[in-house]
Amino acid sequence: MTDLANPAPEIAAGEGTAGRSLWAVAMMRLRRNRAAMASLVVLVLMALAGIFGPMVAPHDYSEVYPEFVKVPPSLAPYPQQDQIVPAAEEALARARVEIASIEVGGGGVTIMVTSESREIDPRITRYLDRSDVFSGSEMVEVSGDGLSATMRADVRELYFIAGTDANGRDLFSRILISLRISLMIGALATGVALVIGVLYGATAGFVGGRLDNVMMRVVDILYSLPFVFFVILLVVFFGRNVVLMFIAVGAVEWLDMARIVRGQTLSLRRREFVQAAESLGVRSRDIVRRHIIPNTLGTVIIYMTLMIPKVILLESFLSFLGLGVQEPLTSLGVLIAEGAKNMRNAPFMLFWPAATMTVLLFALNFLGDGLRDALDPKDR
Amino acid sequence: MAEHPDKAGRIFEVDDIRVTFDTADGAVEAVRGVSMHVGRGETVAVVGESGSGKSQIMMAAMGLLANNGRAAGAVRYRGRDILNVSVAELNRLRGRKITMIFQEPMTSLDPLYTIEDQLSEPLRVHGGMSRQAARARILELLNLVQIPNAAERMRSYPHELSGGQRQRVMIAMALANDPELLIADEPTTALDVTIQAEILQLLAELQSRIGMSILFITHDLGIVEAFADRTYVMNKGRVEEEGPTARLFSAPRTDYTKMLLAAEPEGTKAPLPANAPALMEAREMRVTFGRGPGLFRRDTRLEAVRGIDVTLRQGQTLGIVGESGSGKSTLGRALLQMIPSEGQVVWLGDRIEGLGTEGMRPYRKGLQMVFQDPYGSLSPRLTCGEIVAEGLLVHEPGLDSKARTERVSEAMADVGLDPAMRNRFPHEFSGGQRQRIAIARALILRPKLIVLDEPTSALDRSVQKQVIELLRRLQRENDLTYIFISHDLAVVRALSDYVMVMKDGAVVEEGPTGELFDRPETDYTRALMRAAFDLRGLLADKAA
Repeated sequence: MTDLANPAPEIAAGEGTAGRSLWAVAMMRLRRNRAAMASLVVLVLMALAGIFGPMVAPHDYSEVYPEFVKVPPSLAPYPQQDQIVPAAEEALARARVEIASIEVGGGGVTIMVTSESREIDPRITRYLDRSDVFSGSEMVEVSGDGLSATMRADVRELYFIAGTDANGRDLFSRILISLRISLMIGALATGVALVIGVLYGATAGFVGGRLDNVMMRVVDILYSLPFVFFVILLVVFFGRNVVLMFIAVGAVEWLDMARIVRGQTLSLRRREFVQAAESLGVRSRDIVRRHIIPNTLGTVIIYMTLMIPKVILLESFLSFLGLGVQEPLTSLGVLIAEGAKNMRNAPFMLFWPAATMTVLLFALNFLGDGLRDALDPKDR
Repeated sequence: MAEHPDKAGRIFEVDDIRVTFDTADGAVEAVRGVSMHVGRGETVAVVGESGSGKSQIMMAAMGLLANNGRAAGAVRYRGRDILNVSVAELNRLRGRKITMIFQEPMTSLDPLYTIEDQLSEPLRVHGGMSRQAARARILELLNLVQIPNAAERMRSYPHELSGGQRQRVMIAMALANDPELLIADEPTTALDVTIQAEILQLLAELQSRIGMSILFITHDLGIVEAFADRTYVMNKGRVEEEGPTARLFSAPRTDYTKMLLAAEPEGTKAPLPANAPALMEAREMRVTFGRGPGLFRRDTRLEAVRGIDVTLRQGQTLGIVGESGSGKSTLGRALLQMIPSEGQVVWLGDRIEGLGTEGMRPYRKGLQMVFQDPYGSLSPRLTCGEIVAEGLLVHEPGLDSKARTERVSEAMADVGLDPAMRNRFPHEFSGGQRQRIAIARALILRPKLIVLDEPTSALDRSVQKQVIELLRRLQRENDLTYIFISHDLAVVRALSDYVMVMKDGAVVEEGPTGELFDRPETDYTRALMRAAFDLRGLLADKAA
């Protein structure tokens, strides 16, 4: 049963001149769909986080903190109180001095060191600075004989709210950059698929006949290529890089799009408004541009929102296999793969990227469903 | 019936029903408090134009409202409210005591099942019959609805039947469990007039044999007059007038009913002056669809138009009538070189047959077309102004946007549309307005010939009349020539001065309108006219 979408309107003259396009009506319907709107907000936030997050995040996604490998997520700063003393001891281990006492307080440490035979070299503060934990170390006081000294260093407070990975890189920053990469691959690969698929499908469907046959057989042939094999080939020839991923994924996904658009075009082709345009003598190119493509867009957009998650998953799959983006860049798939390896001792490494991915995919799918209902209410 | 002693004999009652739809623009009331009743063995018609809410009442009564619809009020079957009962309880009634047939026989049958499968479902679900018993009953039913070769037809799939036969199957399905009330929602609208007459005859006959009541929903007053005992006239969700059919037609009380009754197309076209110059001359037009046999193909050729001559003179209106599948639209398209065809076509002295898309472009300006479906012939993503201006972009590319807007406004005013509405989208217009837009799109190029392919078929009678008036005025003012293709004889008679009757791709009869309508020579034409103009007589003959 179809919904009564619009009561048959009889427009009175002078009732305002701006019309409400189908797009506007669809937007209105979408706005009433809470789940879809919430998803849209989440998506926009995620996109903003992906774009601007890495610029403002306190840690660079590629910065390694050897002292903080696989530390669990915490809202308190690292190093924790009980880690400072061992860290200081470790840092000064090669300074050939005895540590008399270490006091922690006031955002820093005060260390008294003694030496039995040699004078203490003031440059040993560098050992402290070399550690990620301390900064701005200085000699406060050196005793007259140079055999004991007091040093002071600030403790650098580092926040790892999502923990760090197996190499000691901040997981939160890595999730941000992986969001950027995943969304970029999703959007660009879908964009590539969209442009090629829509043009190809609309042309094949509109021209029809022999050309249609040839074009669609080409699609069939491309379909029959095993995808992973295709990607491995590309990687072997051109080496691993992100652009290649777009091409590989886009080159496969446009096939679906072309088929869908062709099917739509075939049915639109028989609609009277296309015949009307033909009877006006409108050129085929213009008919496709003005009448066919705009009328397929509803379906295309729906399909697109469902394709983005598919592409993101595909990229994750490739990255999981080790064919995806290259370190230190990362994507959600890579992070999840690494998390899976460290599932036992650092479950958070799996949890956070997986949660991000889940939310992203949920939001995209909800939005896709919402758009479907909004653009195509009769087809539920 | 104890609670309604004074209303004995009423088997179906609708009491102050309201149907509301929640749309994006807020609630829309489709039915605003309607009461009606049907007595035992009575035929009641509900008549109204599109959007009057006549179908929604029945949808609500049968629990078939769209998801966003709500119904309030009461619907009673034998005194029992069926509007607010559970689906399970409703199912005990619908399909059994109350059945429904719909407008579109193509889509109301499931294409995946044979006729037997579809018919046996209600019998076995409601009647609790065995497969064997059901089969015997189906055969009986198919014979009852006069389907030839019923035993063979049982194994057919819906697409193998004609539209009329499908509607007969639908009726058989509705009769399967001896219903007391048959609700028929525009059951003949999608059918040709002669088939329509047959189906109505069948319904009348069945009613007298089985004694059921019929609630007939239609927009066609001709059917109402011939068929119904009592009539409700609906307008904008309310009952405008109610009464015995004969009284309603002889002495309508409300203005709306009077307007409906007066909406029959009237007037005729004056014959052409003898010296009117020739415009188009077509010889031996032939159109063949499908392709001949090939390596992997069977021969799928079908001759849709078989050697027709057409002569058109300036200012003429050539009416082409025929039933669906007679090739009349195909002929119109072939004359405009929109589909591949054989035959010689001379347009103002130039041979235009076989010219490709490019070759035809200069001629397209003078040769325009208006299509049947005012919903389908306007691109839904373009504004009205863009649609009307499209031809200018092709044929007068030199115009700047200001001049174009001016021409669009002019064309819109010409067809009686406010130019201020040019930024609106097609879905915001009513059917009649849309057809005006389509006419404006053709008119803006100042053509000499317009092929009108069923331009009024999808419109209500009252709107139809306005469009006919418009076409007449435009023809007078612009010295236009029309080819008017229609299955509606009344409209053709009102508009054209020369008529061709087509059947199976060939012309059966042709002649000046007056002569042809007064003295039809072939049986086919006579049958067509009888079904179109004398439905009542036809039904009465049958009953006698």
